[in-house]
Amino acid sequence: MSSDASLAVAPSAYEQPEPEAYEERAYGFWLFLMGDAILFALLFMTYMVMAGNTAGGPAGKDLFDLSNTFTETMVLLFSSITFGFATLAMKAGHRGALLAWMFVTVLLGASFVGLEYREFTGMIAQGAGPDRSGFLSAFFTLVGMHGLHVSFGLAWILIMASQVVVKGLTVPVVSRVSRLALFWHFLDIIWVAIFSVVYLPGIL
Amino acid sequence: MATTTSNDRFGLRFYLTGFALAVLLTLVSFGLVAMDLLARTPTLILIAIAAIIQILVHLRYFLHLNFSSTPRRNVVTIAFAGVLIFIMVGGSLWIMFDLYNRMMV
Repeated sequence: MSSDASLAVAPSAYEQPEPEAYEERAYGFWLFLMGDAILFALLFMTYMVMAGNTAGGPAGKDLFDLSNTFTETMVLLFSSITFGFATLAMKAGHRGALLAWMFVTVLLGASFVGLEYREFTGMIAQGAGPDRSGFLSAFFTLVGMHGLHVSFGLAWILIMASQVVVKGLTVPVVSRVSRLALFWHFLDIIWVAIFSVVYLPGIL
Repeated sequence: MATTTSNDRFGLRFYLTGFALAVLLTLVSFGLVAMDLLARTPTLILIAIAAIIQILVHLRYFLHLNFSSTPRRNVVTIAFAGVLIFIMVGGSLWIMFDLYNRMMV
């Protein structure tokens, strides 16, 4: 963007070549992801401050189940690699393979949300809901926020899959799916922090 | 090497390498807790180290973040977010645990 370019007010000046537009949008999406990372970081901070405040109620040791957490972790990790396969299929121009891998990712993501829902309802049923103690309020806020992100991610994958079906692998669709990939992989990073900060120290 | 496309660079091998590393690091963390090999503090330190390495693995192999092909401003943005997180999280924890110690001791 030199000063010469800004002086040229011809309409063609606004028609940026697509690769550059892609970079701009990818950068904008990185900004959103970093804002989201800060949101999660502050929820982690709140959890760490509140982790000991069980108000005489159940602690992490009584509530968390190592094998359930491990299953959730592996399901989400597998959904990350299947989205990676989807990205590769998209780059190779294989529409069918892209849709198939997106479908597998949705199945894995939905299983993750299902496991988390079962865990949450089980905890609430035994009187360990978010209203029980500061520890549980912080736990449900942090882990629930991640679950909410995964649920929105699932809806987004379904929307993009239908765009792939209807519009095909056009440049804007490919560019959107790439940003969806960033979002989905980002959620797996947050989960790594969740099992390392919340579940494993809680069980220990 | 300079002519390799992004397709070759971030191909199947690249994703599978990242996945293998991520699974390995996850198993280390869960294994430490499941087998209860060490005392609490060293276990927590090892989990923290494994988590940081795993996050870097995910950033490199799944989000394709690196110092050569990622646009410079993206790297700067991530570094800036890192600084903000360090100040806000580190500062808050410092204040809250200092307050806790002053109230309790």
